[in-house]
Amino acid sequence: MGSNMAENHPVGFQWVMEARERGAKVIHVDPRFTRTSAMTSKWVGIRAGSDIAFLGGIINYILENERWFDEYVKTYTNAPVIVDEKYEDTEDLDGFFSGWDPDEGEYDITTWAYKGTTPQTAPGKKSSHTRGEQSGHGGHGGGLSHGEPPEEDETLRHPRCIFQILKRHYARYTPEFVAKTCGCSIDDFLEVAEAMCANSGRERTGSIVYAVGWTQHTVGVQIIRAAAIIQLLLGNVGRPGGGVMALRGHASIQGSTDIATLFNILPGYLSMPQSAQKGGLKKYIESATSPAGWWGRTDTFIVSMLKAWWGAAATKENDFCFEYLPKIDDDHSEYWTFVQMLEGNVKGYVVAGENPAVGSANSKLHRRGLAKLDWLVVRDLVEIETAAFWYDSPEIESGELRPEEIPTEVFFLPASSHVEKDGSFTNTQRLVQWHYKAVDPRGDCRSELWFYYHLGLKIRERLKHSQDPKNRPILDLTWHRPTHGEHEEPSAEAVLAEMNGWDDKGKALPDYKQLKADGSTSSGCWLYCGIYADDVNQATRKKPRWEQDYVAAEWAWSWPMNRRLMYNRASADPAGEPWSVRKQYVWWDAKQKKWTGKDVPDFDEQKPPDYEPPEGAQGPDAIRGDHPFIMQSDGQGWIYVPQGLLDGPLPTHYEPHESPFQNRLYSQSANPRRQRFDRPEDPVNEPDAYPYVVTTYRLTEHHTAGGMTRFVPYLSELQPAMFCEVHPDLARECGLAHGGWATIVTSRSSIEARVLVTDRIKPIRSNGRVVHQVGLPYHWGSRGLTTGGSANDLTHMTLDPNVHIQEVKALTCDIRPGRRSR
Amino acid sequence: MSDFATLADITGEPDGWAETYGDETKPRMGFFTDTSICIGCKACEVACKEWNVIPDDGLVWTGESYDHTSTLGANSWRHVAFIEQRKPLRGEDEDGDALRWLMSSDVCKHCTHAACLDVCPTGSLFRTEFGTVVVQEDICNGCGYCVPACPFGVLDKRHLPRFEPSPDLLPVFEKKEDGRVWKCTLCYDRMHGGHEPACAKACPTDSIQFGELDELRERADQRLEKLQAEGWNGAQLYGRDPEDGVGGFGAFFLLLDEPEVYGLPPDPVVTTTNLPEMWTAAAVAAGALILGVLGAFAGGSR
Amino acid sequence: MTDGSITAVGSEMRSYYGRPILKEPVWQPEIPWYFFAGGLAGASSLLGLAARAAGNEPLAKAGLYLSAAGDAVSPALLISDLGRPERFLNMLRVFKVTSPMSVGTWILTASGATTTLAAGLELLDRAPRLKVLSETMSAVLGAPLSVYTATLVSDTAIPVWHEARRELPFVFGASSAASAGAAAAVVLAPEHAGPARRLAVGGVAVGNAAMVAMQARLGMVGEPYRRGEAGKYNALAKVCTLAGAAVLRTAGKRSRVAAVVGGGLVLAGEAALRWSVFTAGFQSARDPKYVVVPQRERVSRG
Ligand SMILES: Nc1nc2c(c(=O)[nH]1)N[C@H]1C(S)=C(S)[C@@H](COP(=O)(O)OP(=O)(O)OC[C@H]3O[C@@H](n4cnc5c(=O)[nH]c(N)nc54)[C@H](O)[C@@H]3O)O[C@H]1N2
Ligand SMILES: Nc1nc2c(c(=O)[nH]1)N[C@H]1C(S)=C(S)[C@@H](COP(=O)(O)OP(=O)(O)OC[C@H]3O[C@@H](n4cnc5c(=O)[nH]c(N)nc54)[C@H](O)[C@@H]3O)O[C@H]1N2
Ligand code: SF4
Ligand code: SF4
Ligand code: SF4
Ligand code: SF4
Ligand code: SF4
Ligand SMILES: [Mo]
Repeated sequence: MGSNMAENHPVGFQWVMEARERGAKVIHVDPRFTRTSAMTSKWVGIRAGSDIAFLGGIINYILENERWFDEYVKTYTNAPVIVDEKYEDTEDLDGFFSGWDPDEGEYDITTWAYKGTTPQTAPGKKSSHTRGEQSGHGGHGGGLSHGEPPEEDETLRHPRCIFQILKRHYARYTPEFVAKTCGCSIDDFLEVAEAMCANSGRERTGSIVYAVGWTQHTVGVQIIRAAAIIQLLLGNVGRPGGGVMALRGHASIQGSTDIATLFNILPGYLSMPQSAQKGGLKKYIESATSPAGWWGRTDTFIVSMLKAWWGAAATKENDFCFEYLPKIDDDHSEYWTFVQMLEGNVKGYVVAGENPAVGSANSKLHRRGLAKLDWLVVRDLVEIETAAFWYDSPEIESGELRPEEIPTEVFFLPASSHVEKDGSFTNTQRLVQWHYKAVDPRGDCRSELWFYYHLGLKIRERLKHSQDPKNRPILDLTWHRPTHGEHEEPSAEAVLAEMNGWDDKGKALPDYKQLKADGSTSSGCWLYCGIYADDVNQATRKKPRWEQDYVAAEWAWSWPMNRRLMYNRASADPAGEPWSVRKQYVWWDAKQKKWTGKDVPDFDEQKPPDYEPPEGAQGPDAIRGDHPFIMQSDGQGWIYVPQGLLDGPLPTHYEPHESPFQNRLYSQSANPRRQRFDRPEDPVNEPDAYPYVVTTYRLTEHHTAGGMTRFVPYLSELQPAMFCEVHPDLARECGLAHGGWATIVTSRSSIEARVLVTDRIKPIRSNGRVVHQVGLPYHWGSRGLTTGGSANDLTHMTLDPNVHIQEVKALTCDIRPGRRSR
Repeated sequence: MSDFATLADITGEPDGWAETYGDETKPRMGFFTDTSICIGCKACEVACKEWNVIPDDGLVWTGESYDHTSTLGANSWRHVAFIEQRKPLRGEDEDGDALRWLMSSDVCKHCTHAACLDVCPTGSLFRTEFGTVVVQEDICNGCGYCVPACPFGVLDKRHLPRFEPSPDLLPVFEKKEDGRVWKCTLCYDRMHGGHEPACAKACPTDSIQFGELDELRERADQRLEKLQAEGWNGAQLYGRDPEDGVGGFGAFFLLLDEPEVYGLPPDPVVTTTNLPEMWTAAAVAAGALILGVLGAFAGGSR
Repeated sequence: MTDGSITAVGSEMRSYYGRPILKEPVWQPEIPWYFFAGGLAGASSLLGLAARAAGNEPLAKAGLYLSAAGDAVSPALLISDLGRPERFLNMLRVFKVTSPMSVGTWILTASGATTTLAAGLELLDRAPRLKVLSETMSAVLGAPLSVYTATLVSDTAIPVWHEARRELPFVFGASSAASAGAAAAVVLAPEHAGPARRLAVGGVAVGNAAMVAMQARLGMVGEPYRRGEAGKYNALAKVCTLAGAAVLRTAGKRSRVAAVVGGGLVLAGEAALRWSVFTAGFQSARDPKYVVVPQRERVSRG
């Protein structure tokens, strides 16, 4: 669901095909019948933006028909936990949770807490912007003073235990409601719900695969939460064949989140320090540490990281240079930053490995932002739209902008591609795979590593004699690396070794459990600790699967600690026995008194299943022996999230920011907490003027904003023009001719595209009303061998509040026959 | 290869090529393309072009589903067809809105009786020790005979200005670019190195299966049985039968509808099977011509 | 959206977006002209030798010179059609009976050599024995030379050519005869050209008859001869040849002018006929129904 795996992860999809051949029931839920649907046993077409209704329906189906995995739910999830009296549900408040502050447009989340706890609220006024799921592990504290929630009801009967709250919350998500909201048939829905339930319990598991068809919504995070709730109820987390699988994007986008290209996290999902927070390292550690679970070791993670960055300069006395770390005081996400550009608050900008002039929502706004800069650096393989916006863009063509009036000085620096340098890819499964340079980069093309390393050297050279303390953070950095070749290419493996870290004797650390908070260890990213164990690059291991065990543990290396399946303690029952022979994975060996199995156990090896934390236990020791989710402060799977999300503890059906439908449940139609910028350059579509639902997506033949494909003949010829997918009925309704041209219009802009009339895109029948959907690939731009309208000229910049992701999967538009008037 | 190596083909006897190689003969290699697991990713098309350094075929948007390659030719040796149908993949269509999307990667069939090879007047087209059919680009003189001879329309001349429906009546003498014909070589070069063909290597789902023909045929039979048992609509093997009009394909297919739906001939026959008939007719006609000429003198010599 | 279906002869025929299954030939305008010239050469040498035997020296000379002329332009036309003219000689690497083009090239080469030799000796009036020998050789090769091109086009997958494999040699043979006769009738004084005129008239008669028979048997596959380019040339051919024959028959004996006009018309008509057959092949390849419908019928006949 929300993934077009066959088209966008074709190589990984071979395993889905294999599962299908072995008799697995594969279902695809998507507004379009795609190359994935064509391969599955069942396709259910739904309306873009209606997923929570669909998933909520499944949750309701499980609860109504008593299909949950009782033993799992009772011990491994927080279903029994009693929630604070102050908590009120959207069902009581017509679409709001308790704690809504209309003036701030934010929730005061204290009312969502477990009974008898007070959640730690992150410091700083602008918390709304800087906190959230990916802002470190913000949520995992839960304000628990001790590993167990104060009040639980093992019978799940207490009216305010999470299980009962869940029941009430989803009571109205009936099959009828689902059919009406999603525009699918009741039978289709029931077939999916039943299939999910059938793959649960001791003997069977089922998994859910998603990607950006789910994330790119103003309720993106909550859609995924809904899937997590289903899997926890069915006991499908931490077990082989279970899980909620995120298929990620660029080849190493997983790695780039681990090593923190995001503005609000440090490597290993440590939260970014905030200027509002005083009190240095001590205070930071306090707020980032949870009393129970592995986040109880935050001090060892952060101190080891600071040692990796500033080495000898980082001492106990100077807080290990904690104050050298930059602090954030606001959003600083990509979209926020471009709004600041429009305001003239951003002077210079470096774009590396991104093409916002095509790839970012409301790309027109983005190009106008770039036109306000003093200088712009673009490092890319080819001269992409972002580098050429000042002389080649729709605005230039229309005369809105004129090159001679754009002050921006653009520096284009050619980058070398992944085949032209050593490095690693971290994939969706946290598997870090090493790749070696295949060919030398041509001409002036240089690797990222080369560029930033030598840039650093040059800056340090300039500042060499500076006494200004503000330059210390740069001058004190551990910067020197072994280099090779005529261009002095830094060694990528040296960087990997530094991420792994060393003990005080300079020996590579075997795993993150060895990290210390006293400055005797260093590790650039605690999660990657172990990847260089025994001073060998573990990511280079390439032993074929037929030469090794079930989990192929000797193929590359996966964080943490080469574990292939996280939270795998849940693959055994509370007593530590495998749930079934068929599904055995990791279990408690009573004789040897340790956890063993096919994978590296994701649990303290020696901790027996019946372990009860003593009073005052801290960190991992505060987690019970039958609580598998060791990163959580209570070791439980969170059906209900008391803390960590900004828009509610439970997923609720909201209509997209732009939708032709009014919410069936509440008068509050869209997510009240969605992030908006309210700018004239980013207007909202009036429903009547824009009657159609439009969704945007990818094609196998192209890659994202096109820099890597539109310039390649072999790929361009395979999808040589921008097109729109419309249903025959819509074509008739609007007089669109197959193979002809159409113009798609929103209040932001309009683009033209060739018309592909196809039954594969689903018209939505709801209450006798038919709403049509328009499908748009978003790969095109003004440059390359194949050029065409950018879907993102049409999209808006309203975001999910937790992770600031744009809602490009469900918005509204109008469509007309013929080409755009110029 | 001796000039007369191709004689084995002239006799047209199945696998006659084998003798011509003596102990250099290898088991006959080929493809089983199982379209029931093709995800239409076109990796095969791209891998083929990369490996064989084939020029791009022009950027033409066809509106024919996701297929903008359209056909096999000198610059496309693999072609993935896309067919959208209002019909379920398996069983009956209950609610009436069932869809299926057929995808199939076409390629040269490496026929047992290869018309292209039979008619080639230079011996440029030849039968390799693997039983595949390959053009020797250093010998082909672009006579173009193999192009209309292929019952599947696989071969084409590269960069030849296409023949217009109403051509200028006078011959065009200007020099033409490249002018040779090109087609799938079944990666003859890779096979020598013991590697599987580029397209098969790139195929993520193993829709393209490369191997010894006999073994592939067995596998295909089992596959067909499975699909028929599972009630797949229209499942059928195409080109697997050694008794068919071209003596079976070296590269055969499992299709989910009739061949013509994929742009393939339903019952291809190698043109040279009718050669005896053709030569006889020609001989008789020649004789008739001689008689005719003599006859013209019957009425007197002046 | 669904696969493009087109209706052919009542029966609902399915295809891949109506795209061709076969490749159109890549041959250029040289080819039909070669058919014409080669045919004329072959038949002329026959006519010449017969005349020599019958003691009609002027006609014998004319026949010989005409065939020499034909044999001279033919290779030029063939070579210029090649994608790689410089590789013409590769044609002589092999001899393959499965390749009418191979066989034909050998015939043309031999005929070219002998005819040119004979014509040379005739001109210089030397070595009478050798002359007769070579003249006879060229005449013997003349018959196959003037019909093999029919086999050449029949030995392809193009339905309108392949299915006509029985009649086409007669059409071409007769056409060659007619052209040879007509050409001689044009260049010779009427009093020597009796057999030539009779050959022309006879050729036209037989040719048109064969054409009718061929189309009758082809049925739907023969459609191109009634449509488009091929249809036009076909009609033109009929009119010209019949008219020309009529003129030769009635007035060719008495008036030189009539002989020239009649002969000219026949020659034009026969050229048009070659063009009609040639372009019919392209039309036949372009429309998948000519491949699918007959093959489907064959399959259903079992
Ligand atoms: N060939 C290729 N592969 C790629 C990429 C590429 O550009 N080309 N990009 C890479 C990147 S960066 C990423 S992030 C991934 C993305 O991988 P995917 O998430 O698979 O990419 P999309 O095609 O954007 O969206 C997937 C599907 O979501 C459907 N969809 C749209 N709206 C909704 C909705 O409201 N609900 C549901 N359930 N489905 C919806 C669309 O119809 C589409 O089929 O792919 C990666 N892989
Ligand atoms: N409407 C709509 N918009 C979307 C999406 C959608 O589904 N719909 N998807 C969103 C998603 S998930 C993503 S990930 C974004 C992607 O959008 P962007 O990231 O803006 O676009 P890309 O084309 O992926 O940009 C990557 C660039 O990096 C260059 N590059 C490749 N390798 C290197 C390298 O080693 N070094 C350097 N310096 N450059 C390199 C490539 O040439 C390319 O130009 O688009 C987002 N936007
Ligand atoms: S592009 Fe690379 S990452 Fe994406 S599916 Fe293909 S192989 Fe995997
Ligand atoms: S398919 Fe065509 S090109 Fe390939 S071997 Fe057979 S006849 Fe030759
Ligand atoms: S074009 Fe080349 S390969 Fe084809 S028949 Fe002529 S010589 Fe042979
Ligand atoms: S076998 Fe080789 S040449 Fe033939 S299609 Fe595959 S990649 Fe291309
Ligand atoms: S690579 Fe394989 S799956 Fe992809 S299109 Fe080609 S045959 Fe189909
Ligand atoms: Mo992405």
